Amino acid sequence: MGLGLASAALALLAAFAITSLVLLAAGDPVGDVWAQLLKWPEQRNWANIINNACTLYLSALAVAVGFRMNLFNIGVDGQYRVAAFTAAVVAGEAWLPGYLNTAFAIICAMAVGAVWAGIAGVLRASRGVSEVISTIMLNFIATYLVAYLLREAAVKEEGSNQIATKEIPEGSWIPGIPFGDFEIYGFVVIAILCGVAFWFVLNRTRFGFDLRATGQSSTAAIASGINVKRMTLGAMMISGAVAGLVGLPIIFGESHSYGSTFQSGLGFAGIAVALLGRNHPVGIALGALLFAYLDEQSNPLQILVGVSPQIVAITQGVIVLTVVISYELVRRYGLRLEQREVARALNAERTAKAEEVSA
Amino acid sequence: MSTAPATAEPAASSSDLAVRLRGIGKRFPGVIANDDINIDVRRGTIHAIVGENGAGKSTLMKILYGVQAPDSGTIEVNGSEVNLHSPSDAIKVGVGMVFQHFMLADNLTVLENVVLGAEGLHGIGGKARAEIQRISDAYGLGIQPDRLVEELGVGARQRVEILKVLYRGARIIILDEPTAVLVPQEVDELFGNLRELKAEGLSVIFISHKLDEVLSVADEITVIRRGTTVRTVTDTAGVTARQLAELMVGSELPSPSTEASTVTDQVLLRVRDLSLPSDDGRPLLDSISFEIHRGEVLGIAGVEGNGQAELVESIMGMRPTARGLVEVDGVDFSARTTRERREDGIGYIPEDRHRHGLLLDSPLWENRMLGHQSRPPSVKHGLIDKGAARADTQRIIEEYDVRTPGPDVLARALSGGNQQKLIVGREMSSDPTLLIAAHPTRGVDVGAQAAIWQHIKDARRRGLAVLLISADLDELIGLSDRIEVILRGSFVGTFDPDDVTPERLGSAMTGAGEGK
Repeated sequence: MGLGLASAALALLAAFAITSLVLLAAGDPVGDVWAQLLKWPEQRNWANIINNACTLYLSALAVAVGFRMNLFNIGVDGQYRVAAFTAAVVAGEAWLPGYLNTAFAIICAMAVGAVWAGIAGVLRASRGVSEVISTIMLNFIATYLVAYLLREAAVKEEGSNQIATKEIPEGSWIPGIPFGDFEIYGFVVIAILCGVAFWFVLNRTRFGFDLRATGQSSTAAIASGINVKRMTLGAMMISGAVAGLVGLPIIFGESHSYGSTFQSGLGFAGIAVALLGRNHPVGIALGALLFAYLDEQSNPLQILVGVSPQIVAITQGVIVLTVVISYELVRRYGLRLEQREVARALNAERTAKAEEVSA
Repeated sequence: MSTAPATAEPAASSSDLAVRLRGIGKRFPGVIANDDINIDVRRGTIHAIVGENGAGKSTLMKILYGVQAPDSGTIEVNGSEVNLHSPSDAIKVGVGMVFQHFMLADNLTVLENVVLGAEGLHGIGGKARAEIQRISDAYGLGIQPDRLVEELGVGARQRVEILKVLYRGARIIILDEPTAVLVPQEVDELFGNLRELKAEGLSVIFISHKLDEVLSVADEITVIRRGTTVRTVTDTAGVTARQLAELMVGSELPSPSTEASTVTDQVLLRVRDLSLPSDDGRPLLDSISFEIHRGEVLGIAGVEGNGQAELVESIMGMRPTARGLVEVDGVDFSARTTRERREDGIGYIPEDRHRHGLLLDSPLWENRMLGHQSRPPSVKHGLIDKGAARADTQRIIEEYDVRTPGPDVLARALSGGNQQKLIVGREMSSDPTLLIAAHPTRGVDVGAQAAIWQHIKDARRRGLAVLLISADLDELIGLSDRIEVILRGSFVGTFDPDDVTPERLGSAMTGAGEGK
């Protein structure tokens, strides 16, 4: 645990150093950039950070489900957009009253996300198609399918080029949680519950054990009686169902409809956050907060310091690389420590026995 | 027996010595692989190095071949001290190594394999062919340069490996467990070749743990135990295999022999017409039928790759294309999944513990659950009971003498023998009625081997039926009540272990012999 924290701190320091070098090379004011990035955020900024971290967190959880089983679900990006669109349409139609409508829309979103990811799962389990390839392709299909369906389902706003789905009735919105003078998404609660469920299912249930075992060694999993094909499909569908939640904080807490400007790219950010958080629910939460913090703090860079906020994207990328490298180094170091520990314990035991004999 | 302490000065003058190792030490994290190793190899002799698995033989040879650098000690070759940083350094001073696993490209000819990486010596054409022919004739290797390697048998491939080393100018040849892959007849041929090499003045370092073979071919024997040289035996006629073994183990020896038969007339496992088709037409298993009774150990002998692994995996339900009847205790298992078969009484010790038996990066208590995750004590109502799993792991650690500080250690941190004892303990803990044990003592030291044999014998006495696959013929003969020989996916002969020799089994395994 101590080692893990040390490695994360080391990785962050390295990432900051590398970013500084990039700034220096470009002749930008290093000190001013860091002063802005590391300035304590205003309350308004904190609300934004928490809201963005909420969507990033769900996205990273979805990716992490796959990672734990050695599946690389790159398709979270497509899955959440298909699902968010579905939720917006279903909730907008308001077949059910109030929160029943909300719950039904959420379930529909998860189901659609699961089915969309399940396509890749079926291809992988039955035909051995790499999920990396198929989910990338499904991302493209999702983009254009949603664009096409949006035009069919959209209601035109007067005097605007933007199109969006029918607005969700106010009784089905998820109310915000007061945060000082501001509000954060009520969906944050659901995200936290998802994190708890993730931890419980993976670490405390047989299903979670089977999933982790398959991820570690599919050959050992087969020999132990796990149906690896079914696990592949199951893990992919769970990953997709969680991905289905990613866009919903925005739909139910802010935009109340799905429009042509709906935020994209959350799925890819989720991959980075999952790596950063080591597929652990608490680690992912910290990673999501860090990424959201950097994004928020970088917004005024252009105006205040005259540096493009894209520098933060470089920092984020470098963080992921340094974190992956330092985790691997720490893992090897930990294993060596443990082997030494085993040898030491056994030697002590052996000497004790020898002394017993000679005494 | 006439032995000399390893640290004493050699009888021969140092000009006779091909290799002289002094005080070699090598540490790995948590393990001392070599510690103060002293060996003299005289020119024109076959020098055997024997020791248990894990005694440090392979590490020592990697040091001598430049694969690993020693932490301490000196290496002298032909009287001058050398520093070997890579195998090419070793080849430059005339040291060559033949690894246990052949490093040959099947789709190339012998000539192409030999010149690969040594194109500078004699080119790749006629001159190289002539040189190969010359070496082959000089040492009686009987190699045709233009045959494809894939057409060659195991013995011939090994001779190609030896030729590769000679072609590069080696005068000192290290052979790492060369007989592990050979049947007895091929072993005799190999020893003939080694004697030819010796007669030409080359030195051979021969690593093995098969003591009868060592005694028949070696001029001098060095015994290694726990990473250090125990003795060097210079008069091999005056020492017995048993004495050597006791030097290796440092204590009295276990033997795998069974006690009185416990075979009952109750059939436990019935296999009928078990077949496994393959893509290229020749079936991997061809209509295999047999029965195992309660209290009976059925041993399967065969050269590796003749269908043993496929037989085991078919009975375990891991091969979806397998056809035929598998019946346990009168119940048809043919349509059941691997998990159902395990739940209903099959214990499984897999051939490759790292690939099939363990989660190396998980703690021991999670490994205790693997394959048993649907049964108590580890799992209740679909939820993991960590406390119970850890407690039961602790029980296995104590009963099966798994050397570990506790159940939270990662499986990867244990030695092979202790990993295997954990697997045996795990598979026995659910009271199976049928145990499938594939190479249960492979890569396991003598102490753990004896313990595992004892557990199998105890289980057999309690009425367990055991299907034992092993490449160790002594183990098969010692433990089995009946031995079937498998060749190219079929059973080709039944033997009674009480009146069969390893040689007769060896003949049957290659298809040369008779069954009855």
